[in-house]
Amino acid sequence: MIRFENVTKVYDQKARPALDSVNLEIDRGEFAFLVGASGSGKSTFLRLVLKEDRATSGAVYVAGQNVARISSWRVPRLRRGIGVVFQDFRLLPQKNVFANVAFAMQVIGKSRSVIRDTVPEVLKTVGLEGKEHRMPHELSGGEQQRVAIARAVVNRPGILLADEPTGNLDPTTSMGIMGVLDKINQNGTTVVMATHDDDIVNEMRKRVVELKNGVVIRDEAKALYTSMIPVVGQSRRLKDASGRETPDDGLPGNGAEGEARQ
Amino acid sequence: MRLAFILSEIGSGLRRNLSMVVSVILVTFVSLTFVGAAGMLQMQINQMKGYWYDKVQVAIFLCSDGSTAPGCASGPVTPEQQQGLNALLESPAVAQYINDFQFESRDEAYKHFKDQFSNSPIVDSVTPDQLPASFRINMKDPEKYQIISETFSSQPGVETVIDQRQLLERLFSVMNGASLVAVGIAGVMIVCAILLIATTIRLSAFSRRRETGIMRLVGASKTVIQLPFILEGVIAAVIGAALASGTLWAVAQFFLGDYMSRQYPDTAFISSGQTLILAPALLILGGSLAGISSLLTLRRYLRV
Repeated sequence: MIRFENVTKVYDQKARPALDSVNLEIDRGEFAFLVGASGSGKSTFLRLVLKEDRATSGAVYVAGQNVARISSWRVPRLRRGIGVVFQDFRLLPQKNVFANVAFAMQVIGKSRSVIRDTVPEVLKTVGLEGKEHRMPHELSGGEQQRVAIARAVVNRPGILLADEPTGNLDPTTSMGIMGVLDKINQNGTTVVMATHDDDIVNEMRKRVVELKNGVVIRDEAKALYTSMIPVVGQSRRLKDASGRETPDDGLPGNGAEGEARQ
Repeated sequence: MRLAFILSEIGSGLRRNLSMVVSVILVTFVSLTFVGAAGMLQMQINQMKGYWYDKVQVAIFLCSDGSTAPGCASGPVTPEQQQGLNALLESPAVAQYINDFQFESRDEAYKHFKDQFSNSPIVDSVTPDQLPASFRINMKDPEKYQIISETFSSQPGVETVIDQRQLLERLFSVMNGASLVAVGIAGVMIVCAILLIATTIRLSAFSRRRETGIMRLVGASKTVIQLPFILEGVIAAVIGAALASGTLWAVAQFFLGDYMSRQYPDTAFISSGQTLILAPALLILGGSLAGISSLLTLRRYLRV
């Protein structure tokens, strides 16, 4: 569903690349965590999938299409196939829950009757039935994030990108949000979630892709936030990337986690 | 659905930015009024030129029934006198100064008069026999007017010889100057209008960046995102243009039509209906100015 082939992204010629020769493939229907310290390239990864930025070199494929080949007037069609959720929810404060979700359908020209049928259904999926007429400020953080998720999936995208969706929420609420994302994933949507939240990653036991300084240093199925297995053959690379000796025993407390918790 | 959505977006944008929108309306109104005033002055000049102005320089008016000039003591011009004048115009002594000449009969004179004064009440009180027949002469060198004047003034059957240019040239140069000034002011005001529209659109885009950001993420097309902003500017400018057209119409109707034409009944003024020709031009000018400036602004300040 998402394939990165040797993707490098350089924002500033003098600084190190934000992504450095990344090769990665995320299959249809997969649930993948993207972990790593701030500045490790998680957000850049998501931006490249959305074609918000162009890769400096290499190719990004989304749903089989090389995004570099998509002309600018067809970018909206690419984005209709991708839902996005953010840490700060980004709801429209003057619209109620129903209108916030409906907005995503209105702007792509869905008919009123389709909107009337679909929105309550999606709100039920995210666990907000009966709260259609609440305003965003009347909702808890977790509920607001559920509205944002509903808005992201209401047009049934094949991919859902979540950029630290639980960053502003307490652990219990976060687990609720993860339940919603899991449900969406089980309905067939590919979910890629960038996060710092180790509890959630450890709880979910999904695929974990760890980035460090723009390099994929770990890619494990059913993994934990920090690797429990020694990273064989990667120690040299770790050392090069961070510029200092990194313990490669993979135990909790290694460099990656330490930076993540700063 | 999408149309209704775009319309509601435009409505909310106009309401949120009301004071800026009003200033855009006023600035386009003033600038386009000046553009229109320049246009009106040119129309007025054309109106005053009448049928002959651009074609000939000198007119030899022949005696008619009521002529009191000394050359007309023997009554209206006779066909023999007219032929004599014609022959004189064709004689080498005179012909070397003129390109060509035409004879305007009384009926033709009446027709041209009716065209020129169609907006004036005077047209109803004039009959063909009140208007003199004339020879209209296109000079090789308009400066040689004196020669024609001296040759023909004393001829029998000639009432008077008139150098049309001398009569109107000065007035026209004043009016042309005034329309240049109007165009100059209009130019400055249009620059103001463009900058103000750009600023308004920028503010509008900034105050709605949350909405547009979400629209972008859920895959709204460029048109759906940008059109409300562009139309906001265009609507404001078109309202300003409509006000300008209305003002020009009112000036022609009440100032020229009611006041000036009573003060100067022998001058042909443009009608208020004629100023309506300017209205579509002003509407298109205002709308396209706003459209282009908001499009350029959005390209810089609204990522799609």
